[in-house]
Amino acid sequence: MSILIDKSSRVVTQGITGKTGEFHTKYCVEYAFGKACFVAGVTPGKGGQHVEGIPVYDTVEEARRGTGANVSVIYVPPRFAAAAIDEAVAAGMEVVICITEGVPVKDMILTRHKMQGEKTILVGPNCPGVITPDEIKIGIMPGYIHKKGPVGVISRSGTLTYEVVDQLTQLGLGQSTCIGIGGDPVNGVKHLDVMRMFNEDPATEGVVMVGEIGGTDEEECAAWVKQHMNKPVVGFIAGVTAPPGKRMGHAGAIISGGKGTAAEKIAAMEDAGILVTRNPADIGSLMKKTLK
Amino acid sequence: MKVHEYQGKEILRTYGVATPRGVACFSVDEAVAAAEQLAGKRWVVKAQIHAGGRGKGGGVRLARSVDEVRQHAQDILGMTLITHQTGPEGRLVKRLLIEEGAAIEHEYYIGMVVDRSAQKVVVMASSEGGTEIEEVAAQTPERIHKEVVDPVAGLKHEQAKDLAARIGLPDTVLDRAAEFLLGLYQAYWDTDASLAEINPLILTTDGKVLALDAKLNFDDNALFRHPKTRELRDLDEEDPNEIEASKYGLSYIALDGNIGCLVNGAGLAMATMDIIKLYGAEPANFLDVGGGATTEQVTEAFVIMLRNPNLKAILVNIFGGIMRCDVIADGLVNAAREVHLTVPLVVRLEGTNVDQGREIIANSGIEIISATTMADAAEKVVAAARGQG
Repeated sequence: MSILIDKSSRVVTQGITGKTGEFHTKYCVEYAFGKACFVAGVTPGKGGQHVEGIPVYDTVEEARRGTGANVSVIYVPPRFAAAAIDEAVAAGMEVVICITEGVPVKDMILTRHKMQGEKTILVGPNCPGVITPDEIKIGIMPGYIHKKGPVGVISRSGTLTYEVVDQLTQLGLGQSTCIGIGGDPVNGVKHLDVMRMFNEDPATEGVVMVGEIGGTDEEECAAWVKQHMNKPVVGFIAGVTAPPGKRMGHAGAIISGGKGTAAEKIAAMEDAGILVTRNPADIGSLMKKTLK
Repeated sequence: MKVHEYQGKEILRTYGVATPRGVACFSVDEAVAAAEQLAGKRWVVKAQIHAGGRGKGGGVRLARSVDEVRQHAQDILGMTLITHQTGPEGRLVKRLLIEEGAAIEHEYYIGMVVDRSAQKVVVMASSEGGTEIEEVAAQTPERIHKEVVDPVAGLKHEQAKDLAARIGLPDTVLDRAAEFLLGLYQAYWDTDASLAEINPLILTTDGKVLALDAKLNFDDNALFRHPKTRELRDLDEEDPNEIEASKYGLSYIALDGNIGCLVNGAGLAMATMDIIKLYGAEPANFLDVGGGATTEQVTEAFVIMLRNPNLKAILVNIFGGIMRCDVIADGLVNAAREVHLTVPLVVRLEGTNVDQGREIIANSGIEIISATTMADAAEKVVAAARGQG
């Protein structure tokens, strides 16, 4: 078991003919059941072509009808990304994973507004993607550092997630599913949504939650964990040393109006019984101790 | 992206948002001419820098005659204004705004930002204008009133009027205040702003509702569709190192410590800063080299970090995913050869082809302290910075 995606997922890649889309699709196809999972691509006006042996369609709707795709991954340029999400939602995709970085916030506000009442689950934008080890990799993460196992991973960042996964794997702890939810202020699933899914997933025995400064998503997730979570959670918050008012790379990683500090997040998480480490090198070993 | 107060007000006026009359000036003579043109008996001479707290720092002064305008303009232009937002180094004042004086009955606060939980724009208003709104929010949160805006319908007239009433604006000016808020919201929405703050919004003794100050920030990711906004960028207000870094796709922010860090990915970069602190030292900067970490980028990153006179050591922490460690190691070695490194360099590589990467570094002939884990790297760089490496 896993959450969001597994080897039965059928994926359409939006922006497959672009440099980034084509590059990452190659690695996704090579990973585990990728060849069976990645069934379609979409680039408007390029229907009929093939990329990595995958048929390209003009629209997501055509790709769905032609291949049965139920998951979409998006690599299109930022100014077209929100429209690409809208199209995937309209075509009835169950999960949409938007990798694209730099999508205007206003576009995402409108897209999230349109998604109200829709069943589609959005991951991202500005995220590394989702991987269920030994089954399917959708996104830009290096597949080989992952290993199948009992730990769920939720994170707002990319390379920091790889660091955590690598620590877990080196310690012999595999992962059920790893999800990069992205660093943008307005996005799809948040820590809380993913935490609920892991709580219900029989293959997940513990969860690593990696957060960072900015917003209150981690606090909201912690409040839920305190009430409902029946699995151990290990946490880390990046940005203890970040000064207020300075944006640390991610559009969402900024302490503004005195809100979103690492101290506040750590306090809320510890209050919820989450085992928080201040040392990013100890995340894997803390999980190992916890699951023993 | 940030703009000056006078630029923000110019944008707001095109949306029907009322402000005092004013003229932007770059010299004392212009300031005097502006005061004469505006006429009246009272003027305000305002330093234009991209930082708040200008009044307390002596950058906003009232003048009761044209001579006083001249005197204040002379004092403020060219001064280094230090406020709680500029840092101790302050900011050189190169522009002024000369405004007509207003007779203030009461000061209010208006702010617009994206509420991340609601995923919509929220309008915040308070009767406690003119002060630090963070303090109001922390001490008396009940004095901040909010309205969440439907992105399709926009801010509704009744919402705006209700908000104006809740912060205690008198009944006689509620419609005028609502029009003000509607204009402000439309400006925010149309320009892809990320922050609009009117602090204070004033009610004048003759019943006008005016933006006495205006702070507008814009979403950098949306600037591609706002060429006119892009032209308002004032490079004098930005850190030259940050500007240069951005040309190379580097995200750089100077900090107070003495250990430079070069990391790929924002989250890992912050975690690297944190672990340096945990091991007893302070980071000199945040530097995200992005996914690629090419020789050119790493060279530039070294050059920028080495300009910092406080720098005692550099830590490179790269998690090579799709980008292989051997390629990154080549880039690092080339960059280290090109730049004359005057401080110890600790390199921690992890990820694809890490063994080849470490070998390239070991055989480079360059003095590089190699580290395995993040903890190992932090320990070594802190020791190196203290001269114990």
